[in-house]
Amino acid sequence: MRLFLKLLARNRLALAGAIVLSGVILLVLLTPLLPLSAPNVTNTADRFVRPFSPGHLLGTDHLGRDLLSRLLWGTRLSLAVGFSAALIAATIGAAIGIVAGYFGGRTDNLIMRGVDMLMAFPYILLALAIVAALGPGLMNALIAVAAVNVPFFARNIRGITVGIAHKEFVDAAKLSGMGHTRIILSEILPNVLPVIVIAMSTTVGWMILETAGLSFLGLGSQPPQADLGSMLGEARAALISAPHTSVVPGVMILIIVMSINLLGDGVRDALDPRLRSGALSRPMAATLVDRAEVPEKRTDGILSLDDLETQFHVGDRIFRAVNGVSLSVVPGECLGIIGESGSGKSVTALSVMGLVASPPGVITAGAVRYKGRDLIGMRYPALRRLRGDRIAYIFQDPQATLHPLYRVGDQLAEAIRCHHRISKSEAHDRVLELLKSVRIPNPESRARSFPHEMSGGMRQRVGIAMALANDPDVIIADEPTTALDVTVQAQILSLLDDLRRDRGLAIIFITHDFGVVAQLCDRVAVMYAGRIVEQGPTPEILANPAHPYTKRLIACVPELGGGRRELAAIPGLPPSVDDLPPGCAFAPRCRKKQTSCERGEIALKPQNGRAVRCLYPEWRPS
Amino acid sequence: MTEALHLDNLSKTFPVGKPLFGPPKFTVKAVRPVTLTVETGETLGIVGESGCGKSTLARMLVGLIPPTTGTIRIEGKAFDNADPAAFGKSIQYVFQDPISSLNPRKTIRQIIDAPLKRLHGMGKADRAQRISEIFAAVNLREDFLTRYPHEFSGGQAQRIGIARALAANARILILDEPVSALDVSVQAQVLNLLAKLKREFGLTYLFISHDLAVVEAVSTRVAVLYFGAVVEIGEAEAIFSRPRHPYTRLLADSAPVVGRPLTAPEGRETELPDPLNPPPGCSFAARCPRATDLCRRVEPELTDKGDHQLAACHHPLDP
Amino acid sequence: MGSYILKRLFSAIPVLLGITIIVFAIMALIPGDPATAILGSYATPENVEKLNRDLGLDKPAVARYFIWLGNMLTGDFGQSFALNRPVIDEVLERFNATLVLAGTAFVLCCFLGILAGVISASRQYGFADKAITFVVLLGISIPSFFLGMMMILLFAVNLRWLPVSGMYAIYGGGDLWDLLKHLVMPAAALAVVATGVIARLSRSAMLEVLRQDFIRTARAKGVSERRVIWGHALRAAMVSIIPVLGIQAGFVLSGAVYIEIVFQWPGVGRMLVDAILKRDILLVQGGVVFVAACYVLFNIMVDVAQSLLDPRIKT
Repeated sequence: MRLFLKLLARNRLALAGAIVLSGVILLVLLTPLLPLSAPNVTNTADRFVRPFSPGHLLGTDHLGRDLLSRLLWGTRLSLAVGFSAALIAATIGAAIGIVAGYFGGRTDNLIMRGVDMLMAFPYILLALAIVAALGPGLMNALIAVAAVNVPFFARNIRGITVGIAHKEFVDAAKLSGMGHTRIILSEILPNVLPVIVIAMSTTVGWMILETAGLSFLGLGSQPPQADLGSMLGEARAALISAPHTSVVPGVMILIIVMSINLLGDGVRDALDPRLRSGALSRPMAATLVDRAEVPEKRTDGILSLDDLETQFHVGDRIFRAVNGVSLSVVPGECLGIIGESGSGKSVTALSVMGLVASPPGVITAGAVRYKGRDLIGMRYPALRRLRGDRIAYIFQDPQATLHPLYRVGDQLAEAIRCHHRISKSEAHDRVLELLKSVRIPNPESRARSFPHEMSGGMRQRVGIAMALANDPDVIIADEPTTALDVTVQAQILSLLDDLRRDRGLAIIFITHDFGVVAQLCDRVAVMYAGRIVEQGPTPEILANPAHPYTKRLIACVPELGGGRRELAAIPGLPPSVDDLPPGCAFAPRCRKKQTSCERGEIALKPQNGRAVRCLYPEWRPS
Repeated sequence: MTEALHLDNLSKTFPVGKPLFGPPKFTVKAVRPVTLTVETGETLGIVGESGCGKSTLARMLVGLIPPTTGTIRIEGKAFDNADPAAFGKSIQYVFQDPISSLNPRKTIRQIIDAPLKRLHGMGKADRAQRISEIFAAVNLREDFLTRYPHEFSGGQAQRIGIARALAANARILILDEPVSALDVSVQAQVLNLLAKLKREFGLTYLFISHDLAVVEAVSTRVAVLYFGAVVEIGEAEAIFSRPRHPYTRLLADSAPVVGRPLTAPEGRETELPDPLNPPPGCSFAARCPRATDLCRRVEPELTDKGDHQLAACHHPLDP
Repeated sequence: MGSYILKRLFSAIPVLLGITIIVFAIMALIPGDPATAILGSYATPENVEKLNRDLGLDKPAVARYFIWLGNMLTGDFGQSFALNRPVIDEVLERFNATLVLAGTAFVLCCFLGILAGVISASRQYGFADKAITFVVLLGISIPSFFLGMMMILLFAVNLRWLPVSGMYAIYGGGDLWDLLKHLVMPAAALAVVATGVIARLSRSAMLEVLRQDFIRTARAKGVSERRVIWGHALRAAMVSIIPVLGIQAGFVLSGAVYIEIVFQWPGVGRMLVDAILKRDILLVQGGVVFVAACYVLFNIMVDVAQSLLDPRIKT
């Protein structure tokens, strides 16, 4: 709650809205105490007095009534009716939505058909029908406005409830012996409540407009009582001769609704956890670069990374996701990068072509050189020409990485045609060739499929075909088999291995699986907390790991054929990369830790084609 | 040995495209009739690839999904979840996604309190006492109790989930992929904890996973699921080293192993059968190198192939 | 595709029936003797007798509903006693005018709203985004009838660029140019709110889509930024924008009621308000059912458009 208020206060527009709104509310609360003339006393001698006249600050209307007084009393009425309507609609709508969403099945189906039926009316028809039946009057207008908004709330809340009702914690509550009522009240409602508040705060303004509208039409408050809408309605006849009688209530509605909307948006932003974490910001076309100097070229290879640093700037916290990584690959070679979640392996891979989402990602130091050209800080058009043409990516989840609404063949053709001017039919032939090369049966018909019509394994083959589309020199594969079943994984890995040998591709392969690294990669780099802790030829590292982390991580991996056993574990957790300890990041979990380990920077020491970042390695290459 | 859990011809068919009234257009057989017994004190591992029905099976056992056919017996008594308070004391569930199985708006104490209060009707002081015992058992610090789920890592959250299951004091735990969301170094922490708890409290586990090596490391017996049916079941030591069903062998050969050269054990680009339109006969026939006409016509029964190993195959592999 | 359209049309039947039931039920709320209530001040003995004959008002409610429904199916929506002409003739004539106004406004708000939303999203937190966000906020906060009145003051009274009100000039009007001149202000005033709502929704839908993995894939392929935004992202965002266009069509139709009053537009909304104030119940019933039915059909068109765009919807 405190956090919520703090976030709200930080949003300047919302704060402005809150201040204006509280001012208006205070004013109308004090209205009965203010020295105003009575709102309904007519004085036809003083008709249409202009604003700022003595005795009538805002002038008078067609019956000579004081506009300021009428305005404040009217605002009182409008606010009261609008808020009541919102509250009633939200309560009833949310109750219906939660019941439908939680119980699902036939209950849901019947309720939602009813709601759809009500939503099949343009809302005003329903409101007009209700007012026609009940007769004009402010109370009836309130009922009508509340009634037409119930379906909106019900549908909105139902959607959210369905999502929550399928969460595992609701199942867990059932198994904890809770009944339906208790689950709804203690598990569902607290999670739906922010959405109800958001929906309410963003629709209150709208409801005030609607009630004002009905009154404007003469169907709401009846004379002599007036809310803002009916004031505007009465003034319309004199719009041209005495515009101030229209402007006064109109501007008031605008001020109220605008301040409510500003505040409502602020409430929404403060309550939505995604907005809070900045996850709703749009990634730019290329990652931001903010580096002081370009490091010397130190490694050879077709693609080389020198001291790359990529950070995430979230609020005032800095996450050092990639912290001085140097790597290189040569044609025909497969380099594995292995690490646990949060080790920075994927961010390293995405940094190469500037695909780290920015904001919040920033490349703060280092260079990535392709054939000697630095890709970091390269102008966007030049970078774009290399993307997918010379350096291509294969991503993890083929369900999410292919565009759901384009045919597979068109997506492949696009990959070619954004780099090469070729005719449609040429592109089509090339697409079929690509699909064949990744061993997809029936390429003709598969090219016309949409991604959702294919299995996970087939989609990942399309992903690989897309990476191969322009015969690139380097392929960066970011956990390409993690989302797949083992039998399919085996097929994909052998396909990648064949392709690399046939085409002399350089592959950077990101994974968390030692089994996969062992089978596919010539060399491997082990990452921990944003740094490479060990690097070298795969067989050597697997046989004789030098870093204690590598050694113990390998020991944790259960292997088939070992029988029933106690598994090795590493106690503790990896450090958060926004709060790294000085010295070795693994030290707090390491059995061999000495005080020197935690004192200062430890360098990655190369030796005989291997390298290790440890003062007391398990094994020294001779 | 006594039976902790017995399933008799348990199956689940999901309707697809169901209108408001009347029968559905299609049905998908998520679980085809399964008969299984879990002995008291053992860990029965269940392996299978995505979509094989292993989670559906598990959720039926705790009443989260009603079965289409068949019966369940828990510790000799017929399945009865009419009274959630009585039912929750006999069997509990540990979920795959540790974070989403904890209500984000409740403190850890409120979460662990629920089963103690609802299932056992314990008073406040008793609950506090029991929670400290449980937290000691799962190696969690008691100052975690006032925090909210989002403050925990996956491994810690999973231990909280296990603590909640323990609080119900049930003797049977269904573990649905309890470590697949965790990193390998943390995964072992949780697996070892589960082994320790089993010894200490004499629990019976049904352990579901897609990771063969993990299942082999923790299970007494293993059942292999394919396309909603048990195709092979046997001792954990034997089933992967001496598989009798060709699918079990395919699984075992596909797992990447350090030191084994890279080969696709399956040359052809094969796909799972269409669940809306299942083929007659053995569902693995289309992928099976040993398939004959018989396999494509007649569905094989699960029969004993010796050494307590049962397989559903017309042409089983030699041991 | 054809079968999908047929299926959707078929599924509209229960919705249409539901609409008639709801309208009938609401009208049944009117207290007192139905004939006298319906006729109000036109309750002469002859009229009461005629209405009793036509609608079977002496019969129970269910029977009355079916008589009313049966009459409507044969195109007989009853008689407006205030206007002394068949309801259906009046409704059709008025609906035509509403269609011109609301249709123009709808096309306007779809186009401008999506355009503003996409620009806003692709320049998130930039100047264009902030400017659009502010204008949109103003647009959804101003009552359309007040906006219309201010437009009349400015463009018709002060600047004299456009006619004050009506659909055609009373003398010498009637051609397309005349109609357009009369249409500009009401259509613009009517479109403002819906444009704002669509722009906000398009912006958030675009932001949601731009974070998706397939956008990263498109960028990794080397697709140009313009195509990423206006091709890949907008197409995916349309999946969540289109249903809202359907809902907004209802809001435009609703807003038309106010605008028709302000600009003296001879549409169905103004007719309904007049009818309510004169308690011409049969005209209200008929008008509401007719417009709601048109809206249902429009939403079927929206659904069909959606299924054309999204192959994942089973046709």
